[in-house]
Amino acid sequence: MIDFTFTEEQDLFRKAAREFSETKVVPKIGEMEESGQVNMDVVKALGEAEMMAITIPEEYGGLGLGYSARLIALEEIAKDSCAVAMMLQVFALGNEPIIKFGSDEQKKKYLPGLASGERLATVGVTEPTGGSDPSGGRTVYKKDGDDYIINGRKCFITNSHIADTITVLAKDDENPKAFSTFIVEKGMAGFKPSHEEHKIGMRGCNTGELTFENCRVPKENLLGVEGKGMRVAMSAIGDVGRGGMVGCSLGVLNACLEEALKFANERILYGKPIIKLPAIQDKIAEMKLDLEIGRLLGYRAAALQDQGVRCDTEFAMAKFHTAESAQKAAKMTADIHGGYGCMNEFAITRYLRDAFVLGPSAGTSDIMRIIIARSAM
Amino acid sequence: MFKIVVLVKAVPDPKRASEIKIDPRTKTLTRADVPLVMNQLDKHAMEAALELKTQVGGEITAISMGPPPAAAILKECLAMGADHGVLLSDRAFGGADAYATAYTLAKGVEKIGSADLILCGMASSDGSTEWVGPELSVFLDLPVVTGVKEIAGSSEQWWQVKAHIDNGYRELKVKLPAVMAVTRELNTPRNISFSGIIKARKKEITIWDFDALGVPKSSLGLAGSPTIISDLRVSESKREVEMIEGTREEKAEILVQKLADAGLF
Repeated sequence: MIDFTFTEEQDLFRKAAREFSETKVVPKIGEMEESGQVNMDVVKALGEAEMMAITIPEEYGGLGLGYSARLIALEEIAKDSCAVAMMLQVFALGNEPIIKFGSDEQKKKYLPGLASGERLATVGVTEPTGGSDPSGGRTVYKKDGDDYIINGRKCFITNSHIADTITVLAKDDENPKAFSTFIVEKGMAGFKPSHEEHKIGMRGCNTGELTFENCRVPKENLLGVEGKGMRVAMSAIGDVGRGGMVGCSLGVLNACLEEALKFANERILYGKPIIKLPAIQDKIAEMKLDLEIGRLLGYRAAALQDQGVRCDTEFAMAKFHTAESAQKAAKMTADIHGGYGCMNEFAITRYLRDAFVLGPSAGTSDIMRIIIARSAM
Repeated sequence: MFKIVVLVKAVPDPKRASEIKIDPRTKTLTRADVPLVMNQLDKHAMEAALELKTQVGGEITAISMGPPPAAAILKECLAMGADHGVLLSDRAFGGADAYATAYTLAKGVEKIGSADLILCGMASSDGSTEWVGPELSVFLDLPVVTGVKEIAGSSEQWWQVKAHIDNGYRELKVKLPAVMAVTRELNTPRNISFSGIIKARKKEITIWDFDALGVPKSSLGLAGSPTIISDLRVSESKREVEMIEGTREEKAEILVQKLADAGLF
């Protein structure tokens, strides 16, 4: 029998995430919006609230709760701050290749610190040549004794300047078809976060470039099998990355709907609240419908992921729908606000800017269409 | 072992207060459309219990009276760190006023066994009578302190507390076992944690119905309630807007005069 309800425990996860977001994230949104910088109090609170531990197995200091619980947490946090949810979702991207492909030694060395929030993670795949086709990347490695030497540049890396542990994809200098993934640690000679981006939205979530200039990585930091690194890196970007973006998008979509309802109930026009107008109700209905469809797509994909079933197409559909819907909802909510929708005092302007960033993150809608079409062909 | 019992109540979510309607026939709140949450002041009572457990050890039992969905708030208590949950649930308990509620809860506390300290919120956000704690203390023949804003310390069985009164507070010594009804000033309730939720998997919620309590039906629910709500209305408030004209100085002067006339300073 298909059961579309959340369990009692999942309801409690949602409540825990909501309480966390309201008490630890919401008070910092103003500061993050103003400075555009990561708020380290929020990062510390994320660690204390075990948010980084959700998908890490219990034997390595995590909670082992899986991807549905992660999606619940991300949705609730993104409803208040898409920037914080984005930061959190990318911590998991950095963790995932170690969880899936790390040796026992690597797991013991890195995962407990990543679960507690003592160490922060990210993944370095995207390059100026693109992120959706990582085979075109130009970052290379070559063997030097027992070490590897990495040279190249990664861009649009979320958490670039705060991460301590970065899983990096690089191409064999002598074999352009062979890729390997390495665990690079902050402070390694030849590695540095370089340019920091100033994004249109998700202010408070750091994005930037990573530069590798003869960065020496010991062989112990090779993740998985040499030459088979594409699979390792894609384990992060694929289902986990898109699943995370579904959480971020659902949060923004839900926030837009609530903000639209609040404003439309308070704004009086022609002697009555504008919520009474059919034109406004059409928008509300569309947002509500999109939210429910997005949840059905997203949580189904996460449930499959929890079962270890292949779910790349399901996540592509969920990511496509939720990101597009969040952008549409932000525009509709701004329209409902009229002139107020252009004023920074109103949260909708933040949702508009944040929604814009949802599109390209973890693959544009066009890339999602390609994945979906391929599965149908 | 030091035993703490915390009384908790499931109330309609105050954040959705505008959706709570009054049934014109029964004069009760129609709760079906609004999700139930733990009464906020009861969270402060839970937090106090958890802090005391850290200091002096012991175990915490959270108890609630309500329909089956109220079990969700007991699960929340277990996730916060309570050791046991007890739900008193039966149609016979329905329609209880504060007196019958306190009586039923007192019978539940008796059935749990000995309790050194019984904590509850000072009031519930829906009924707001502030009677349940004191009435329960009468049924259990225990001392009660209401308006507890600080539990300052203990020596042997005497506990020092600060309790809120209008324009100040009083310092009291109370001998345990006792009932304390707490205010929001007492502490900041912790958020429930994911690992707390996992730990709660192993904790049971016990459900006791009318038969389990073994008391006459006439003392429970509507039948056992000496008070009834004869009327309940939504209060309406209106704001009047008056634009003050003139120069800045003139406007300030007029505003000050108006505030003074209104007795605001």
